[in-house]
Amino acid sequence: MSDIAERVKKIVVEHLGVEAAQVKEDAKFIDDLGADSLDTVELVMAFEEEFAIEIPDDAAEKIQTVGDAIGFIKSNAKS
Amino acid sequence: MFDLAGKAALITGASGGIGGAIARALHRQGASVTLSGTRGEALEQLKASLGERVHVIAARMDDPADIDRLAKEAEAAMGKLDILVNNAGITRDNISMRMKDEEWEKVLQVNLTGAFRLTRAVMRGMMKRRFGRVINITSIVGVTGNPGQANYAAAKAGLIGMSKSLAQELASRSITVNCIAPGFIATPMTDALTDEQKKGILARVPADRLGTADEIAAGAVYLASDEAAYVTGQTLHINGGMAMI
Repeated sequence: MSDIAERVKKIVVEHLGVEAAQVKEDAKFIDDLGADSLDTVELVMAFEEEFAIEIPDDAAEKIQTVGDAIGFIKSNAKS
Repeated sequence: MFDLAGKAALITGASGGIGGAIARALHRQGASVTLSGTRGEALEQLKASLGERVHVIAARMDDPADIDRLAKEAEAAMGKLDILVNNAGITRDNISMRMKDEEWEKVLQVNLTGAFRLTRAVMRGMMKRRFGRVINITSIVGVTGNPGQANYAAAKAGLIGMSKSLAQELASRSITVNCIAPGFIATPMTDALTDEQKKGILARVPADRLGTADEIAAGAVYLASDEAAYVTGQTLHINGGMAMI
């Protein structure tokens, strides 16, 4: 399970085209990493695919930082 | 130009005059097509006349669960969905003073809400693939209004506003959203008009004839093509000069 954080960060780096060093757990997708609202939808889609989980809309809205995403996935991922 | 080989298209209301012509035209350009509608028999006939690369999925546009099922099954049948043509539409004409809530709501539900729901349901796949063409069939009356059609005109005007908003949301993902606004086209819907009504209409059409469903389909082929990648949020009026807007 420990590589979940690394996998999440890799997706964020690839998707948003940011430096790995910027992708800290308290970094906000929109305010700190330059994502727009569609990017956040696409990140959620990418997480769903990578971890084979469903992220419902109300949960997705609460995922605002890299850490939020890692936390949600850690408590919901099967693999 | 306008080659659609390898593309996958879903057309609602494909058993109707304009929907059927659009399905045939997209298919002729090489696209796989999924025909949807409520009249299963007419859809099967159209499928039989087209041959390969054709699927039929009957669905009701006033049923949210049916719309989600349609989106899923169409993507599964064709492996993906590149082109969505929201063409399904009904009329419940009445002068406004006599129009019942039910007539108003039904037309809005099928013509506008159904199109929104289906578009929302297919957006995810289009975003992932970074390609999409949404073509909403509106109407000249959505822009000009028409007595006896407050519900239909409102729904068709609504499609134009919806398309402009979706176009702005999705443009950065190479998904275009456009409308086609037919004028008076010879279809079963306009065959129901009396000769006197037709005469009255033609007096307002500089081209002095009804349009054909194929002339609408040609617009859909263009908007669906790679060549139209830079066209989004627009309404293409095909009306013989009846309104120049």
